[in-house]
Amino acid sequence: MPKGIAVDKQGRLKDRVAMSDTNLLLTITIVVFFLLYLSAILFLGGGFTKGQTFLNILNNNASLIVLACGMSVVMITGGIDISVGAVTCLVCMVCAVNLERQGGNIFTVILIGLGIGLAFGLVQGFLVAHLGIQPFIVSLAGMFFAKGMTTIVSKEPIRVTNEAFLAVKDTRVNVPGLGSVNKLGQYVPAYVEVGVIVALVVVVLLFCLLRWSKLGRGFYAVGGNNQSANMLGINVRRTKFLAHVLCGLLAGLGGILYFLHVGSGDVANGAGDEMNAIASSIIGGTLLTGGVGNVVGSFFGVLSLNTIKRIVSSLGFDEAWWSNITVAAMLCLFLVIQSVVLLRKSKK
Amino acid sequence: MTAPVKTPGKKTRKSGQESLVKRLTRQQLFIPLAALVLLVLFNLIADPSFFAVSIKENSLGNPVLSGNIISVLDNASELVILSIGMTLVTASSGGQDISVGAAMAIAGSVILRLVCGGQVNADTMHMNLFLALFIAIVVSMLFGAFNGTLVAYFKIQPMVATLILYTAGRSIAAWINNNELPIMNDLSFKYAGTFLPGIPIPTPVFITIFMIALFWLVLKFTNLGLYTQSVGINASSARLNGLNPQRVKLLTYMILGACVAVAGFIRVSRSGSINYSRIAENIEMDAILAVALGGNALSGGKFNIYGSVLGAYVIQFLTTTLYKYDVPSTALPAYKAVVVILLVVLSAPVVREKLSRLKKAPAKAAKEVS
Repeated sequence: MPKGIAVDKQGRLKDRVAMSDTNLLLTITIVVFFLLYLSAILFLGGGFTKGQTFLNILNNNASLIVLACGMSVVMITGGIDISVGAVTCLVCMVCAVNLERQGGNIFTVILIGLGIGLAFGLVQGFLVAHLGIQPFIVSLAGMFFAKGMTTIVSKEPIRVTNEAFLAVKDTRVNVPGLGSVNKLGQYVPAYVEVGVIVALVVVVLLFCLLRWSKLGRGFYAVGGNNQSANMLGINVRRTKFLAHVLCGLLAGLGGILYFLHVGSGDVANGAGDEMNAIASSIIGGTLLTGGVGNVVGSFFGVLSLNTIKRIVSSLGFDEAWWSNITVAAMLCLFLVIQSVVLLRKSKK
Repeated sequence: MTAPVKTPGKKTRKSGQESLVKRLTRQQLFIPLAALVLLVLFNLIADPSFFAVSIKENSLGNPVLSGNIISVLDNASELVILSIGMTLVTASSGGQDISVGAAMAIAGSVILRLVCGGQVNADTMHMNLFLALFIAIVVSMLFGAFNGTLVAYFKIQPMVATLILYTAGRSIAAWINNNELPIMNDLSFKYAGTFLPGIPIPTPVFITIFMIALFWLVLKFTNLGLYTQSVGINASSARLNGLNPQRVKLLTYMILGACVAVAGFIRVSRSGSINYSRIAENIEMDAILAVALGGNALSGGKFNIYGSVLGAYVIQFLTTTLYKYDVPSTALPAYKAVVVILLVVLSAPVVREKLSRLKKAPAKAAKEVS
């Protein structure tokens, strides 16, 4: 049997409390993200030194942040939800139809978005938690259903012209201190869109929920070990059900944010976002086996994923397939790091 | 040495007193068979001409069989072949490979690259087709080994490990051909995807039968089935019994890789060209569904390959039926989802228990009265 590693012999680690898996993986993620961005600034310079470049990553991915957070919650309980991308697309399409053809306003859009998400969450949660069907199959069917419904609602892309909506869409919140001076010598303030603020609020709320609420700790307990959670008096079924409902609701919210960003309903909206969300969660240190994970990690996962994409495109590899290959390579790297770290830890 | 491969279906006849209905519903093949019977009945009642098979001339002037049934058998080929490999992977590792569609794109791309010899529009084959297929199988098995290594040795959950190839696969396929879309105009290249001259039955049907027979023989005369099941049921006890669970898992992923190459070969042979982002789109989802429909536990362990094969045909049957009633192909997933949910809900243990209790209750009441 391999005894402890060299560091142990020197007695350095002995007095310290070992980090929990969640915090360990979170630390790795954050460190990697900062290294990534720092090296981009140092070696590529150019756009990366501007604050706006960073904020644009946020602007473009507000919905993905929300989706990744929802995904993390379900993954922490040991499930998975691959319907979120398709639900995003459905929400966009229905909202666009509502605004353009039925005279809806911004409030009906929010209601519709959350309603659709909630409906998906409730049905999928019921099937997973109370009928014991595998979450992969259930959300696969959910994904198919949402995809099909989107084309039934409308095949043609719908551009939104509603003025009140466009006003919200174009609202820019200036961020002090990150602006830059353009070629004419004028100061251009850096901005974020409304969606980013909503997404950040969601991250903070979910972080608090997972950290301090009874339900949040229940998610971890159920994901860590079903049976012992049951013996602790946690209602496993209800916890799983609520996780899926929460994820569905967040998928609806993600759909609204996506809609707010692109301003149109299109069959191609949110394509592949379920995989992006899963990848972000994994890079953020959430394990598919459940019990380990953090929404802050998922937030940094989204950032890392899109920073890499941005670096690749600024290196001159413009084709979409290069960005796919690098994302996959990064995913691979993170998975192997996690696996090695956790395997070594369990051996100790 | 041959080890008997247990089919889970045989276990149900424990006591002779159980009613026929109960015995039937406990069979593993009950769900796919019932779904097939329902679909057949629906088509018989709605429009018996669905089953008509006629002889028509194809574009080359050869008489070939045509009809909905033939098209089901023909179009299900790739799915059936994939579902065989997927069953093994599911059984051994308790997870699914979601990269099969992307891996099919890679295999197809490799074959086209070799056969076209790097040209965009080739009129003659630059390499023996069988050699090209063999190389594609080797490449595909290497990618399978990559997935398998991540799953078996790095202990990453299968769905996550294969997510890597799922993301990169189509890009790699495009990269193999320098992002060009090669077209093969040689007619003999399309034999495997369409018809052999003089034979009225589509060639993919023969390839499928060959693959099923091959796996039947492999499972009958080797310990693959037994080993796969024991690793899937309990990897550590399999290890204590002298098996190497990692190697068995790796092997199943490589077998799936070979299946993927054959399926990709059929798919590119159909048209003689490739579209990286569209080829075999969503086929991984259908393959997983076929495994689930076949009554195999997606969490691994016991498996029945013939259930998956049947499940694959049921899915294609459903697709063809929906096409016949003019459901647009983009709306198809919504209908498929409803059917899938109905099937899975009916086969859920909780629901089954409740249903059998409902049946028992009146019988008990009748006993008490007498």
